[in-house]
Amino acid sequence: MRFLAGIGAFVLGALAALGRIAIFAGQTASHLVRPPFYSREFAQALLNVGYLSLPVIGLTTIFTGGALALQIYAGGSRFNAEAVVPQIVAIGMVRELGPVLVGLMIAARVTSSIAAEIATMKVTEQIDALVTLSTNPMAYLTLPRVLAGVITVPLLTGVGDIIGIMGGWLVATQTLGFNSATYLSNTIDFLQASDIWSSLAKGAVFGFIATLMGCYFGMASGRGAQGVGKATKSSVEAAAVLILAANFLLTGVFFST
Amino acid sequence: MIEMQDVHKSFGENKVLRGLTLAIPKGESMVIIGGSGTGKSVALKCVLGLIRPDTGAITLDGKDAFAGDRDAYLQRFGMLFQGGALFDSLPVWQNVAFRLQRGALKRPADEARDIAIEKLRRVGLKSDVADRYPAELSGGMQKRVGLARAIAAEPEIIFFDEPTTGLDPIMSGVINDLIREIVVEMGATAMTITHDMSSVRAIADKVAMLHDGVIQWTGPVADLDASGDPYLDQFIHGRAEGPIEAVR
Repeated sequence: MRFLAGIGAFVLGALAALGRIAIFAGQTASHLVRPPFYSREFAQALLNVGYLSLPVIGLTTIFTGGALALQIYAGGSRFNAEAVVPQIVAIGMVRELGPVLVGLMIAARVTSSIAAEIATMKVTEQIDALVTLSTNPMAYLTLPRVLAGVITVPLLTGVGDIIGIMGGWLVATQTLGFNSATYLSNTIDFLQASDIWSSLAKGAVFGFIATLMGCYFGMASGRGAQGVGKATKSSVEAAAVLILAANFLLTGVFFST
Repeated sequence: MIEMQDVHKSFGENKVLRGLTLAIPKGESMVIIGGSGTGKSVALKCVLGLIRPDTGAITLDGKDAFAGDRDAYLQRFGMLFQGGALFDSLPVWQNVAFRLQRGALKRPADEARDIAIEKLRRVGLKSDVADRYPAELSGGMQKRVGLARAIAAEPEIIFFDEPTTGLDPIMSGVINDLIREIVVEMGATAMTITHDMSSVRAIADKVAMLHDGVIQWTGPVADLDASGDPYLDQFIHGRAEGPIEAVR
């Protein structure tokens, strides 16, 4: 009986948390149509979320693309299917690994940074100071970051897809004996427009989740250094889990037929 | 005039304000004293609308603090936070001119910067501080920048939350004198919360002592030492024995 009550309490707690996050997302979105819009903060967020994430995204996806090529070659050689390396690397990177890896790296790099920054602002009364200076913290802090996530993470995903494919190409042509032109033409011929659009759409959803979780847990932070640490940890955990769950749902929606 | 009438506020089981009633006439400097955790900061944040009271009324010039245009209401206030609450990501001048760069009080950037530098000078800081970041400043300088930000838009009402906490006695004296000068010069209404009795004597026209969620005593600063109130006497003389229970 106590076990069932525990499950019930967990489910109710999870639903209540989802409700709070949904309300937070709604409040953030409402500032899209309510001036003022803080363009300087938005530009800064574009730089932090997008441009400054490029190195880590590039490194993550190039190594993953290379490793993927090696794995497919090794696995494919068991039944004489080594030639499918370009196609499987392309589809694996664009449909799954590109968006998911970019989403998770954004969760690690951006979500944690947003949560720590906003939580520190809360602990040091900077959020209260914003309010007393007639500035809505949701409009000033949350909306620019979430909007930057929705805009830049799909672009990062596109870049990550390309770099990942190039990582596979590099390994395949330099160590596995593939012809460069054939590898690239096989890749391009095999990919469909829907693969690319689904990848970018996933990126937009993951960007939204990653930045929203950073802002939500930052704003909901408790007191002191422990509060900041807990907010940061919770934001990354929530963002990573929600990104993987959303990826599963989106893959079902895009590719179930 | 700021009026708080029978204000109650609880956080879970913890009843912080239990019927706080206090009036601060226009142009007066009121200092609220009391032990840690007695609700001084909560009272101040209730007036600003950062915390909503459970029951009771808070009015400014007879108008409900929680009704009407919040921006217009908050534009009448300046606030010096305990830790300064300066925005780390902005240079000092943009912190000071924050209100002058956005919203109804927005000015051209050059004008906002000039005003910020003038306010920095008013609080004893040189113009070369303007382009530094808050993390590069000492605690005393951060307090001064916070004070400059509080007065930048020339508000009618200024709140000071523990203005001398964390400062050495000399710097505390400097900040106290600055606050008094500025409040008199601007003709502003001031509400200060502090533990520091030297601040009380330097800043206050009137003093209110908050204990157990209600105003235990209020009166002119000149009557502080002859109040006959055992709670106030214990507090201002820092005695461990008395009606206020001290946790050892």
